Amino acid sequence: MQRIRFIALKEFYHIMRDMRSLTIIFLMPIMMTFLFGYAIDMDVNEVILAVADLDRTADSRDLVENLYASTYFTPPDEQVDFKDPEQILRSSKAYAVLIIKPGFSEAMKGGEDYQLGLLVDGSDNNLAAAVQNYTTAAVNRYLINKLPPRMTVPGVRVSYRLMYNPDLESPRFFVPGLVAILLLMISALLTSITIARERETGTMEQLLTAPVKPVEILIGKLMPYTLLAFLDGIIVLVFARFVFSIPFAGSYLLLLGFGFLYVMTALSIGIMISSLVKTQQVAMMLAFVTTMLPSVMLTGFIFAIKNMPVALQVITNIVPAKFFLVVIRGIMLKGAGLDVLAMQGVYLLIFMVILMFIAAKTFRTKVV
Amino acid sequence: MATISVKNLSHAYGSVKAVNDFSFEVDRGISYALVGPDGAGKTTIIRALCNLLTPDAGEIQLGGIDVATDFDKVKKKLGYMPQTFSLYPDLSVEENLTFYGGIYGVTGARYVEKRNTLYEFSRLKPFADRRARDLSGGMKQKLALSCALIHDPELLILDEPTTGVDPLSRRQFWDILTEFKKQGVTIIVSTPYMDEVARTDRACFVFRGGKLAEGTPEELTRLYQGEIYYVDRLPTTPLLDKLNLIEHVVARRFGTGLHLYLDMGQHPGDIATEITQAGLSVEDLMSVTPDLEDSFIQLMQGQQ
Repeated sequence: MQRIRFIALKEFYHIMRDMRSLTIIFLMPIMMTFLFGYAIDMDVNEVILAVADLDRTADSRDLVENLYASTYFTPPDEQVDFKDPEQILRSSKAYAVLIIKPGFSEAMKGGEDYQLGLLVDGSDNNLAAAVQNYTTAAVNRYLINKLPPRMTVPGVRVSYRLMYNPDLESPRFFVPGLVAILLLMISALLTSITIARERETGTMEQLLTAPVKPVEILIGKLMPYTLLAFLDGIIVLVFARFVFSIPFAGSYLLLLGFGFLYVMTALSIGIMISSLVKTQQVAMMLAFVTTMLPSVMLTGFIFAIKNMPVALQVITNIVPAKFFLVVIRGIMLKGAGLDVLAMQGVYLLIFMVILMFIAAKTFRTKVV
Repeated sequence: MATISVKNLSHAYGSVKAVNDFSFEVDRGISYALVGPDGAGKTTIIRALCNLLTPDAGEIQLGGIDVATDFDKVKKKLGYMPQTFSLYPDLSVEENLTFYGGIYGVTGARYVEKRNTLYEFSRLKPFADRRARDLSGGMKQKLALSCALIHDPELLILDEPTTGVDPLSRRQFWDILTEFKKQGVTIIVSTPYMDEVARTDRACFVFRGGKLAEGTPEELTRLYQGEIYYVDRLPTTPLLDKLNLIEHVVARRFGTGLHLYLDMGQHPGDIATEITQAGLSVEDLMSVTPDLEDSFIQLMQGQQ
C-alpha cells in the first residue's frame, strides 16, 4: 500500500511538471466543452424550404404561411418549378422541398389517406437529418393544433415526436458525449503514454527489479489519472449545468458507477496499448487510432449510428464509448435509471472484465 | 546471499545469438567485471540476472535462489543500475532518492540516515533540489548509483555505469563502489573500460556472447603471449606497412609512437635485419609490460 502511494505521488509530480499532460487534462475539457457547445453549431437556424403547393386551397396556404411564420423556415429566392421540384435542390437554392399534392384540404377535413411529400438535400448528412426533423416536427405541430383533440388525420403521420431535445440544441447533444470522450482520452491515451514512457526511458527496468508487484506499479501509476479523469468529467458537467443550462435529470451516483466501469475499461485499453509499443509517440498514435477516433466517429457522438453502412453499424458494437454515451445521455437528459440502462451496464461490465483480463495477461514484466 | 551462479546461459534475438552457453560464478563480497566491446552480450547477461528477460536456456541463481521462479525473494537484496540513465528527469535529486527509498520500504529516519550517507559519498547534497535532467553526466550516474544503494542491497548489479562519463567522475564513481564493497556488497559490473577492470577482484572477458577468459586482473594480464615493444617514432602509414610485412610481428599506432607486438618465442634479435630494413634499429625498441587490453585483444583475435 505504501509502495503504491509512492508511485502515485511520483506520477502526480510527472503530471504537474509536464505541460503536455497539464494541457490535455485541464485545458482540453474546457476547450472542448466550448468548442462543441458553441463553435460547432449543428443547429440549423434557417432552413430554406421551398414549397410546391399543388393543392392551392386555403388550407394548404395556411400550412405554408404557418411554416414561414416560424423562425426556422425561410422561402427560397426562386419559385419552385412544379414540373421538376428537385431542380431547386440541385441548384442548392433550397435545403428541402415540401410537396403538397392536391387533396390536402380534403384530408384535413377528414378525408382519405394523404401524404405530404418532402424532398431533402441529403448531400450533408447532418443537415439533412436536421431539416427532415424540423420540417416533420413543424408540420406535425401544425396538424395537431388544427385538429380537434384526439382526432388524427388518416395517412398523415402525426406519431413522430421529438423528445428530450425538442429544440434540437447542439450543446445538449454534444456536452454529455464529451464526458465520454474525455474520460477515454485521459484513461486510455495518457496512461498508455505514461507506461510507455517508463519503458522508453528505462525506468521500468528499475521498477521491475524493485520489490513492487506489477499490479502495484499499475495501480500506483493509474490512480492519479483515474482521479483526474473523474475531475474532468465533473468540469464538463459543471459547464453543462451552469454555462449551457443543461439540466442533470438523473442520478449522480448511477453515473459515477457507470463511469467507473467505463474508466476501468479505458485504463485496460491503455495498458494493452503500452504493452504493444516501445515509445510514447507510437503509444499516442495507437491510442488515438484505436480509442479516440472510433469513439468520436462510431458512437453516435456526432454521427448518428442508424445512418451508417451496416458494416460500420456492426463495428460500433465493439466501441465501449457507444454504450457509455447512451448511459450518460440517458442519465443526464432523460433521468434514466438502472432499469432502462441495464443492458448498457451489462455490456460495459463485459468489456471491462475481458479487457482487464487481457491487459493483465499482456502487461510485460520483461524488457525484451 | 552466498554466490551468484550462471549456468549455460543462452539467448538469441531472432536469429542473432546474443549469449551462447555462458557460465560464471561470483563469490560473496567480491567485485566481478564483465568486460567486452559493444554487442558482446554483456547487457543480455545482466538483464537475465535481473529477470528482465527470459533466457532461451540456462539457469541463474542469486544466493541459491532461482531467478526464473523466485525472483521476488531476491528483489529486496538486489540493487540494479541499468545501462541507460534511468531516473526520472523531471524529479529532483532528493525526490528520486525518496521515491526509490519508498518503493523499497526505506522511509522515515532510516531513509534520512541512508540518504545522508549517500550524499556524503556522492557529494550531491548541494544539488538536492536540482531536477535530475539538469545534472552533469557524472552526477547523474552517481545519483543513479545512490538510488540503487538506498536500500542496502547485498548484491549490486551495474550495466556499463560509467559509459560516457568523464575520467574524473569515473574515478569518483569507482571510489564509491570500492567503499561499498568494503562493507560487504557483492558487485557485478559490465564495462568496456579496461582500467576499471583493474579495480575489480575478478573479471571475465566477454566476446560474441561467449567467455574468452576469466580470472583476477593479474591473471588475465598474464595470459598475454609474446612481447611488446614501444618505438618512439612517428607512426606513418609507410612505416607501419613495412613493419607489418615482417613475419610474427604486428605494428600498431600507440599515441605519437608505435607498438610492436612480437609473437610468442620471438625476440628483437631474431628480426634485427628486417627492422633495420624498415628504417629502425633494435636499440629503438623499448620493452613494454603487456596490459589487460593487450591480452584481451590477443584473445579476441584468436577467436576471429
